Amino acid sequence: MTSPVPTAPSHTIPFYRDVRVLRILAQIVFVALVLLFLGYLFNNMTRGLARLSGSFSFGFLDNAASFALSETPIPYDPATDSYWIAFMIGVLNTLRVIIVGIVLATLLGLVAGIAQLSSNWLVRKITQGYVEIFRNTPLLIQLFVWYFIGVLSLPRVRDSVELPGSIYLSNRGLALPWFTPNETFALWFGLALVWIAVAVGAYWLLRRVKIPLVYEWRGGWALLIWLALALVSAVALNPFTPSLPAVRGFNFQGGTTLSPEYAALLLGLVFYTGAFIADIVRAGIQAVPRGIIEASRALGLTYVQALRLIVIPLALRVIIPPLTNQYLNLAKNSSLAIAVGYADLFYVSNTIFNQTGQTLQVILMVMGAYLIISLALATLMNAVNARFKLVER
Amino acid sequence: MACRLSSVVALVMAPRSETTPDTLKPPATSVGVLGWLRQNLFSTWYNALLTFVALYVIYALGSGLWNFVTTTDWSVIAANLRLFMVGRYPAEETWRVQASVALFAFLVGASWGVWGGVARSAVILLASIFCTALVLPLAWNDRVWMAGNLALLGVGFAVGHFTKARRALVWAWLASLPLIAILLYGVGELPRVATDVWGGLLLTLALSIVGIVASFPLGVALAVGRQSSYPAIRWFCVGYIELVRGVPLITLLFMMQIMLPLFLPEGITVERVMRAMVAFTLFTAAYIAEVVRGGLQAIPRGQAEAARALGLNGILTLLLIILPQALRLTIPAMVGQFISLFKDTSLVAIVGLLDLAGIANVAANQPDFLGRQAEVYLFIALIYFIFSAAMAYGSRRLEKTLGVGER
Repeated sequence: MTSPVPTAPSHTIPFYRDVRVLRILAQIVFVALVLLFLGYLFNNMTRGLARLSGSFSFGFLDNAASFALSETPIPYDPATDSYWIAFMIGVLNTLRVIIVGIVLATLLGLVAGIAQLSSNWLVRKITQGYVEIFRNTPLLIQLFVWYFIGVLSLPRVRDSVELPGSIYLSNRGLALPWFTPNETFALWFGLALVWIAVAVGAYWLLRRVKIPLVYEWRGGWALLIWLALALVSAVALNPFTPSLPAVRGFNFQGGTTLSPEYAALLLGLVFYTGAFIADIVRAGIQAVPRGIIEASRALGLTYVQALRLIVIPLALRVIIPPLTNQYLNLAKNSSLAIAVGYADLFYVSNTIFNQTGQTLQVILMVMGAYLIISLALATLMNAVNARFKLVER
Repeated sequence: MACRLSSVVALVMAPRSETTPDTLKPPATSVGVLGWLRQNLFSTWYNALLTFVALYVIYALGSGLWNFVTTTDWSVIAANLRLFMVGRYPAEETWRVQASVALFAFLVGASWGVWGGVARSAVILLASIFCTALVLPLAWNDRVWMAGNLALLGVGFAVGHFTKARRALVWAWLASLPLIAILLYGVGELPRVATDVWGGLLLTLALSIVGIVASFPLGVALAVGRQSSYPAIRWFCVGYIELVRGVPLITLLFMMQIMLPLFLPEGITVERVMRAMVAFTLFTAAYIAEVVRGGLQAIPRGQAEAARALGLNGILTLLLIILPQALRLTIPAMVGQFISLFKDTSLVAIVGLLDLAGIANVAANQPDFLGRQAEVYLFIALIYFIFSAAMAYGSRRLEKTLGVGER
């Protein structure tokens, strides 16, 4: 028995039936159609812009912004500073909300997520109620409630609520005691950097110590050493001048004041995102099979060891990817600042394009800025994820 | 635990008439109310502490709520109820909205009759909404409509239950969307009601339903394109999805409000609501694409290979084998996406449209009702909550009925 040996076709395939050619052809047609469509839109747009007597250039960014901003992390003078500076202040304000928001939302979500698994029936029901209510109503409405009903209905500055520790609550915002760096600050900062090196050295040395309480928690010990050194040198050098807020006329003097807009936006973002994170944390912990925990206890690990070496790494593997999504959502949702009038990236850009009429350029800049922020966050979280994810063979 | 289990076993094994002398009654502190309290609230000293903290939180929230309820004045809602529901939709044309609701009620009732299950929960929800509306201070003709809707739920159930016309019902649902759109917008003899005067709950629902219906095919196409073996198509889809997912919705909404008229040829104008609909469609499509991609990736390769081996071509394999399985897997995530779209429609208030949130801002700033913001925002938050929670509940039920993740 001889099996028929396939022979090469004597004639060549015509190019219009050759799959390789057809594939390339199909893609060329697709790209051409997309380009044609975009070109059509662009053509219409340039004509439309010509009607509005505008032109596509970024030159306007050098002009003086001439609008005031309520919150400026860097010095800003509307009469002389350009639109570009105003835009960057918007970016900084956005970052200020995102970073603080992510930290607080994670803490809240962690606590609420664990509380959802509590053996205490009341605690469980309260956190479930919190999660359900905040997940199922729009963030915008929550922001309105925090701003108009929460923050703005606080008493005026003169009758502000004083909390222990010189913290004042009023409709002008939250006034806190603050420390301003003085002339010895640079020296202290340099020392603090040196102490980091010392702490890292201690971390390596502690590995050798054969006491579990020492080498298992060496990270914590190293941190403790750094904190102690930094604190001692701070006491010795006194690099910060403390300043307490006090009511002067219609406003606060001294300390630092969080504006009502910032406070409302932060509260809204933290409570909204916290509800989503709570559910992610709950699901992550529930995803760790009971048997694994029992097995680790059977192998002689202590409760803390089992938690640290088995449960938390396994739960984090489930938690981190959806958590990344929530961080990205928080970053994007911070653009709702415009609803409460906080001078974030989008709010400032909105003012810029209303003033200059250079809509397309400004919108492109805003989208670019948000894309960069999203990309940076995603890259950071992917690096964290790479450390915890399952190593597959 | 072990002793309780053995006593249960003993009870089951023993003849009914005999008493078993060797089993003891459980102590009074581990059964009944006391036992429940002990187990759930005071099992350890820190649990007891937590219970007291929780009781204090409940007390604080409860007293705050009581203060609010006793000083509340709902006249701002009563005076603006029309605005909240349909916005500036002309009063003499409101019957069209009512008729659309009636058609919807009939179809939901029929679905209960044919399918049962999830549809029954929807009927219960709708019936309770209609009953609540009957109690509210509405005009008499609105009450007649509400009573009619209640009746239609029943009629629909009867029709569905006795005919069991599954196929007809699916077609009726599909036909109902364009029918309602035509009825509300007006065509031919019906005077046109431009979407710019739609408002309140009507606009919120219109935006979310149009958004989901239009973005679904686009999203599926993008997901399939992302899996394509043609690099040009794949990179185009990846670029689109990642670009849209990287920017906030509000920037897209603004861009569409301002730029869409520029992108179109001269002389063509698009109503502002339609521009928002385009923005929602483009935005949601990218998210749906990611949801569908998850479903596509969960289908084993063998399915596609088997289909090809049976002689189906690429497109038929996709339509008949891959997508039906993949889409069933994505139902929970898809409903989640719909809920978030429903909540996100509130953003149109920022670009100046009068959806529920926009109307709330209008009502809260009326000179007659200054200082009544709490009532206004609480009222619309409740509406959003009822819809979102109902959809989440329905999704969980549907998931169980379809056995997602079990088959």
